[in-house]
Amino acid sequence: MSVAITAGPRPETDADPRPRSDSGAGYPMTRASGLGLGVAMLWFSLLVLIPLTAVIVTASEAGWSGFWRTITNEQTAAAIRLTVGTALLVTLVNVVMGTLIAWVLVRDRFFGQRVLEMLIDVPFALPTIVAGLVLLSLYGPKSPLGINVANTRPAVFLAFLFVTLPFVVRTVQPVLAELDREAEEAAASLGASRFTVFRRIILPSITPAIAAGAALSFARGVSEYGSLVLLSGNLPHKTEVTSVRILSSIENDNLEGAAAVATVLLVISLVVIVTVDILQRRLVRRG
Amino acid sequence: MADLSVHRGPDRRGPGTYALRLVVVAYLFLLVAWPLYLVGRNAFANGFADLAALLTDPDARHALSLTAQVAVASVVINTVFGVGISLLLVRYRFSGKRVLNALLDLPLSVSPIVVGLALVLVYNGRTGWFGPTLESLGITVIFSGPGIVMATAFVALPLVIREVVPVLQEVGDEQEQAARSLGASAGQTFFRITLPAIKWGVIYGVVLCLARSLGEFGAVKVVSGNVLGSTRTATLMVEEKYLNFDRGGAYATAFLLALVAVAVIVSITLLRPKDHR
Repeated sequence: MSVAITAGPRPETDADPRPRSDSGAGYPMTRASGLGLGVAMLWFSLLVLIPLTAVIVTASEAGWSGFWRTITNEQTAAAIRLTVGTALLVTLVNVVMGTLIAWVLVRDRFFGQRVLEMLIDVPFALPTIVAGLVLLSLYGPKSPLGINVANTRPAVFLAFLFVTLPFVVRTVQPVLAELDREAEEAAASLGASRFTVFRRIILPSITPAIAAGAALSFARGVSEYGSLVLLSGNLPHKTEVTSVRILSSIENDNLEGAAAVATVLLVISLVVIVTVDILQRRLVRRG
Repeated sequence: MADLSVHRGPDRRGPGTYALRLVVVAYLFLLVAWPLYLVGRNAFANGFADLAALLTDPDARHALSLTAQVAVASVVINTVFGVGISLLLVRYRFSGKRVLNALLDLPLSVSPIVVGLALVLVYNGRTGWFGPTLESLGITVIFSGPGIVMATAFVALPLVIREVVPVLQEVGDEQEQAARSLGASAGQTFFRITLPAIKWGVIYGVVLCLARSLGEFGAVKVVSGNVLGSTRTATLMVEEKYLNFDRGGAYATAFLLALVAVAVIVSITLLRPKDHR
């Protein structure tokens, strides 16, 4: 059914009654598997862990006051405010629209539904620079709708909305599909309205999934760069987002400044990872 | 009172159902379908002229082939690493597993610009942590091929793992144990039992990893130096052409990239068995 290629917690949704190995179970390490783990960890460290550590170490070299001065620089602070504010707003829209889309995909049946399924995954598979161009062709200077948002703040909102589309849908969809319908039917037979059934029975079960999807969607929005390049114009104080600010520091050979702002984004990513990990555990326990 | 028969199909159909359906279809049409269609139309605004010009321009061909090579390298690295680490995560017990599991998802939520910056800080030849040492050994990472491959491999790292881990958990290890007890070596067990069982998970992972690798832009922009005919990839070319008012060339390149993305989605949707998420 769904492609589910988007990042998100993977709740165990199949009805397999066998006990499943969780993180603590499994065989003890053998010599060969130990070697494999060593090689894998070496590559993971060289590629991901050491470089990300380098960002934080470089940012800390200027000391707390230097770090604070860099991120409270007027133009940088404006970029961070715009990025976080817009990402929050987009996440809010995704919570509503994502849940709605997941609902329609799971509970409704109609012709062309599979096309909708595929459309959900387009923002994930489409290169971000192409996403910018795609949005520009409908909401840019030559818009057939007469809506031109290029180089304005709504462009940032639109770009974030496009790239974060799959997250809430793909985390909520499998949970919704596995929900036990008997409780809903019982509630309805006792006279509960459809809205009451949704609010009292369905919503509590899918809230962790919505929250996990929202966290991922927020993280994706905050870190977005590619789709904005052609769409938002990157005007300082107006449409310049945090990633663009980091890039201009890199291009001016100010790696310390870039690292300081990057640390802000990294902290947000880490908070999201931890949040999703906690929510995922809650989902699995419920499943 | 509403019909409460247990064996009904979809939800009770009221006006609400149709309203929701309409809202969702309109939203996805305006946000995804229509803009995507317009890119296709713009790419063929001059017939096949733009596409033909692109495919005969040596610099453009170099960019497309560089993108293909980098994507293949990233897919090979991430597949070997991804299948290996998935086996370790699912089948073995070691300390720090939960932390590693969470960290493996980190590349999905790190900004591509931060990925590029992180690699530059460690591997640039002047001030990087390892860069000068590697340079003295004759290996240039930043502003050259290895840097582009690393940036691409970084952003696509979790995709194979995310597909393979649930499949490995699902198939269990009874067959592997049986093979081992009958005297099969670890290699035989892996290639004859485990790999065929997780085949589809690996294939989806590879396809997704390929799409992500072909499309990487921000991280590559930071580490590549964007040198025409040398380190300029297809996504960098889209930006360059658009900003230099070669709209036709930009749309033609974007069309090729979008075509791959759509092909990936369609093939996965059609290939994946319905009972198998």
